[in-house]
Amino acid sequence: MLSFEKPEARLGDFALVADFTLPAGARLAVIGPSGSGKSTLLGMVAGFVPLRSGRITWQGQDLAGVAPGARPVSILFQDQNLFPHLSVAQNVGLGLRADLRLSQDQNAAVAEALSQVGLRDMATRRPAQLSGGQQSRVALARVALRAQPILLLDEAFAALGPALKAEMLALLGRIADRNGATVLMVTHDPDDARLFAPETVVVMDGVAHPPEPTGPLLDHPPEGLRAYLG
Amino acid sequence: MRFAALALLAVTMPATNAAMAAGPELTLYAPDYFATEWGPGPKIEAGFEKICGCDLVMVTGDVLPRIMLEGDRTEADVVIGLNTDTTLRARESGLFAPHGQDLNGLTLPVTWTDDTFLPFNWSETAFIYDATRLANPPSTFQDLLDAPDDLKIAIQDPRSSISGLSMLLWVKSVYGDKAVEAWQKLRPKVLTVTPGWSEAYGMFTEGEVDMVLSFTTSPAYHIGAEQDTTKRAAIFPEGHYFMAELAAKLASSDQPELAAKFMDYVLSPDFQGMIAEANWSYPSKLPRNQLPAYFAALDRPERTIFLSETEAEEMRKPALEEWLSVFAQ
Amino acid sequence: MAERLRTIARSPGTWVGAGLILLVLGTLAVVAAYAGGLSALGPWDWAALRFTIWQAALSATLSAVLAVPVARALARRRFAGRGLLITLLGAPFILPVIVAIMGLVAVFGRNGLVNDTLALLGVDRVSIFGWQGVILAHVFFNLPLAVRMILHGWQAIPAERFRLAQSLGFSAADMGRHLERPMLREVLPGAWLAVFLVCLTSFAVALTLGGGPSATTIELAIYQAFRFDFDMGKAATLGLIQVGLCLLALGLSTRVTVPAGFGAGLDRDIALPAPPGWRRGADVLVIALAAAFLLTPLAHVILQGLPNIVGLPDAVWTAAARSVVMALISAALALGIALMLALAVASGQRWVEAAGMLPIVASPLVLGTGLFLMLRGVASAQQMALPVTVAINAVMALPFALRILIPAARALRADYGRLADSLGMDGLARLRLLTLPRLARPLGFAGGLSAALAMGDLGVITLFADSRNPTLPLLLYQLMNSYRLDDAAACAVVLMAISFALFWAFDKGGRLHAQL
Repeated sequence: MLSFEKPEARLGDFALVADFTLPAGARLAVIGPSGSGKSTLLGMVAGFVPLRSGRITWQGQDLAGVAPGARPVSILFQDQNLFPHLSVAQNVGLGLRADLRLSQDQNAAVAEALSQVGLRDMATRRPAQLSGGQQSRVALARVALRAQPILLLDEAFAALGPALKAEMLALLGRIADRNGATVLMVTHDPDDARLFAPETVVVMDGVAHPPEPTGPLLDHPPEGLRAYLG
Repeated sequence: MRFAALALLAVTMPATNAAMAAGPELTLYAPDYFATEWGPGPKIEAGFEKICGCDLVMVTGDVLPRIMLEGDRTEADVVIGLNTDTTLRARESGLFAPHGQDLNGLTLPVTWTDDTFLPFNWSETAFIYDATRLANPPSTFQDLLDAPDDLKIAIQDPRSSISGLSMLLWVKSVYGDKAVEAWQKLRPKVLTVTPGWSEAYGMFTEGEVDMVLSFTTSPAYHIGAEQDTTKRAAIFPEGHYFMAELAAKLASSDQPELAAKFMDYVLSPDFQGMIAEANWSYPSKLPRNQLPAYFAALDRPERTIFLSETEAEEMRKPALEEWLSVFAQ
Repeated sequence: MAERLRTIARSPGTWVGAGLILLVLGTLAVVAAYAGGLSALGPWDWAALRFTIWQAALSATLSAVLAVPVARALARRRFAGRGLLITLLGAPFILPVIVAIMGLVAVFGRNGLVNDTLALLGVDRVSIFGWQGVILAHVFFNLPLAVRMILHGWQAIPAERFRLAQSLGFSAADMGRHLERPMLREVLPGAWLAVFLVCLTSFAVALTLGGGPSATTIELAIYQAFRFDFDMGKAATLGLIQVGLCLLALGLSTRVTVPAGFGAGLDRDIALPAPPGWRRGADVLVIALAAAFLLTPLAHVILQGLPNIVGLPDAVWTAAARSVVMALISAALALGIALMLALAVASGQRWVEAAGMLPIVASPLVLGTGLFLMLRGVASAQQMALPVTVAINAVMALPFALRILIPAARALRADYGRLADSLGMDGLARLRLLTLPRLARPLGFAGGLSAALAMGDLGVITLFADSRNPTLPLLLYQLMNSYRLDDAAACAVVLMAISFALFWAFDKGGRLHAQL
């Protein structure tokens, strides 16, 4: 259970507050106008944005003071999800040990994770030698391997074409299912939300509103959201 | 990393320690030029160790500033290479002990009575020229001042060079109240004021300047080492300023007997005999007939100007102000 | 607040930064305490202060102004050997000062090439000694620095903007007004400031080419106060003034950004519009003049010294080996410290940057004397000589290494900081897997610069100078002192070759290890 107990973040005169609880295994889209604080919401969970007040708990445990790498969280950004100087296998292996001193079993697990995303033959390549879709799949293989119960996606597939994006969302869904992970996905594309997330969090005017069913919300958006969705 | 540590150890281990000799250590502070294989240092070290049954540790660098900083905690037992014009400040520090040597028999052109600082060589300031490039050198100091301004000379800064300081006192001794005018006449001919002797002399041998402030004994180097007889000292009837280099014992020495022995060694024939060609100056206690012939035949001034250390110290500050007022404009 | 304290305690860079401030100000305090306080300055000291600022300002202005046409010509012309020429034109900056002065005197001295030519034309010979010599040498050393920075500015203008300008039918003058002048307004103040800072502490140049007391810099006055007047109080006062000047200049620098181009790329090779006609001729002339000015002294040193290298005494090779080891350790030290500081700066500790820049105008003499006084109960000057020289050389190279590393460290943090944090990469794992491979290139460049600067340093820390175990520059000086000018010329070539080789090896190593 991921609880937002009125955590408040402030950056200059920008502020964001949230007050709701998500059950384990929930899948949510996060939408809202540019600059409304969607990434800030994810940053608070991931540990990149310090809280001024309130708290965020996972299974009742306060996450304050827990370093980003030690939180039960995997996060994917829009880009820079892979280290360009490390091989595909190394990039995935980082999900198991940050110093890459992997045991034989762990190496086998990396190979397994790569074959599950269909990249078994690419293990020794550098990210620059892969296509955009393949790069996303490497990042997803790492997410699968880390098997963290919270998954955050910050417009992770925004640069991909529609078909590829659908493929990635399907892959993501399988990974999340296997781990029973709670997923928060920031997106600009209402279709992504409909496709992937039964519920949606609207971030607007400094507030992350409690989740609402995605379909009705998008069919009858509130005023501020309507202007954004066009 | 281990390699780096070893390498650091290797390069920082002073060579003097490597040649670990038996017996007690005597630490000698000496100026830079003693250190090189072409300077007098290695000969002194070998010569003294032969007779003392000790290890002479020579530490080279800026002798006086270092001693003053270290005070009575200094490791030095004896020092060599102090100059006549800085002895007052050295004496006032109270760090030095009497040398205990008999001063009769010194072969200086002046009378030496100092019981703390012992001269081991001497020379006089003089301008050196190349006879093939300068056919008619000035024959008096006044000639030099009156020479056309395209005669270019190099002198040294009296604030950083002992020969520069000697020149300052030389001009003040010769011209007294008229020293400022003398400097004003000289200034257009001074191509540059260098911080030390070597830069100025280098410019002379490169042909950048016609004359350079150096010593009456400088031509000996060219004759002795290069068989070149074209370099001469311009001898002025107004007189030349005396300088000597000195040795002294430290009062705080834990090896007073060895230190005394070193003072004996400084005036010994062995030491004195090598000064001429290792130091390119006159030894302080060696009859003229024992010098190399070309050395004994060098041109000599008729008059040697010598100031007591109190006179020199009194004169230094006002003379420096005068000099700065001309050269710092 | 607790969060803030936690980051400070976690970052070794902040400790090192604090240590640096302590070192610079602490040594100053120790020297002042030894002297029993600061002493008042005489009129000549104030004259030295005025001259110091004046010459640094003039040197910086000339370097910056002259660098503009050179950088523009290099930015828009393509010719065979261009890359090599740009590399060579950078050479004076890492040339040992003592060698450079030999070369400059040979070319600009009374019997040098320039004056001989003037004499043929019936013009009076000019002297290199005096303020004009100081400025000439400073421009010689720093023009390459300014050219690099400005060239980088030109190359940083997006190629699309030039294409847009061309499609709008801009003339060369329009191009200047709308594209180049805004870039110069941004880049020139930083380049000026960098040169100004370097010239502020000029010692060896003023010492040898100043031609006497009318061209005395503060550092030179410190040297005289210390070495001849034995006036430590005055040395401390002057040292304090120098640090004050530094803080003032750094205060100014918060208003201008010092360009990153110090080491950064020349790898982006987009041809800028190259106007034909007289502008082409002018560019050719500018490049030729710059090359002649910067390279003739080098060539002269090489030609004069090369024939005597075979006969050099063994002492030269011993000293060379000693200097190389010292330079390598200095460079390693400088890199380690600079990396820690750069990472701290990138994580938002801006004051650390100021701490790292402080050594650029700290007096090495006061540093050395202060260390000597602090350590005199612990070890003898003899034992301290080489380690302290190594440490001071590392500290002195720090500002340059930092300038190279900070932009790279910032970019690294911006690009991969969060990803690495979210994966829990920290400590040695982060250093090994992320920081070192991503920063290999700037690290190599900074290391090369540090090693070359350390190699050429004369070690004015006279208290520590161990003349029986001389470094190569000190031995060169000793050779000159012993009338052995031919050996000195050959030794200069050896010193120059090693300095360049060290720089090249580090830089190359960095490039090879850079995994992009």
